[in-house]
Amino acid sequence: MIALVMFTLLYFGKSFGISSNLATMCSMAGAGKTVEFFRFDWTKRLWNLVFLIGALIGGFIASNYLTLYPGVDLAAPTVRALHELGIEDPGAEFVPGSIFSWSTLFTMKGLIILVGGGFLVGFGARYAGGCTSGHAISGISDLQIPSIIAVVGFFIGGLIMTYLLLPVILSI
Amino acid sequence: MKYLKYLIVGVFFGIVLSKAEVVSWYRIYEMFRFDSFHMYGIIGSAIAVGIILIQVIKRNHLKSILGTEINIPPKNRSVARYLLGGIIFGLGWALTGACPGPMFILVGHGIGVILVEIASATLGTFAYGLLRDKLPH
Repeated sequence: MIALVMFTLLYFGKSFGISSNLATMCSMAGAGKTVEFFRFDWTKRLWNLVFLIGALIGGFIASNYLTLYPGVDLAAPTVRALHELGIEDPGAEFVPGSIFSWSTLFTMKGLIILVGGGFLVGFGARYAGGCTSGHAISGISDLQIPSIIAVVGFFIGGLIMTYLLLPVILSI
Repeated sequence: MKYLKYLIVGVFFGIVLSKAEVVSWYRIYEMFRFDSFHMYGIIGSAIAVGIILIQVIKRNHLKSILGTEINIPPKNRSVARYLLGGIIFGLGWALTGACPGPMFILVGHGIGVILVEIASATLGTFAYGLLRDKLPH
């Protein structure tokens, strides 16, 4: 299904890569005035933002009209590990309510996860030249070596976070 | 109207990723713990189908609806930027449990605070643009 999305976008003469929208948003906001990297004609990338708005609407449709069970059925060891990290009711919803709420945002934990995490995603995706869609799906499907290196990087970072940093952050 | 088709593909993408639970923070955590085949099955099958589709495109020189040859822009050769950038991205991915696409889909799910994450990710992208000349590529 995901590959079909990629194929359709290629068929439309475009390519599948979501994180470049963040650079487009920088450019739209006028970042091109100060930073050369954002000096491009963002109207040419508008199609990708429309695609992303579509994804948001898709999320709305799925959660309001197509979802029978709001949570996820996690593997038992994952549930145990989450309990140890102090997360109540793992998998009851798509995201842990104790982290992803406006009231958590202004705590240390919320700032690190929501603001810090978001920053890392945006910075890292552009540095690596792509995110999961551009590298892991498009790039590897095209058998591109850089994408394989990037995905190895995704996992090095992901494992460090999951095993070393996340337990510390969640205990704050 | 020329944008409508992208909107439709986007809606489809949002629904698929929601139904597949790829947008769930828990699924990403579970993936990095190697506790479940769930995410690997989804990404793995997307890549498997993707490889086949791209080979079909290349061998038959398929044209897009614009009449141009279809190609995926090749990435520049480098190790440092992909590895370092990848690690930074991975740290963020495991922390927020979402890559850029799912962030937007989750806003559609009504989790408004994710907008802060998106704003921060945009800021991170801007910071990269600022520091680009000073980073190893």
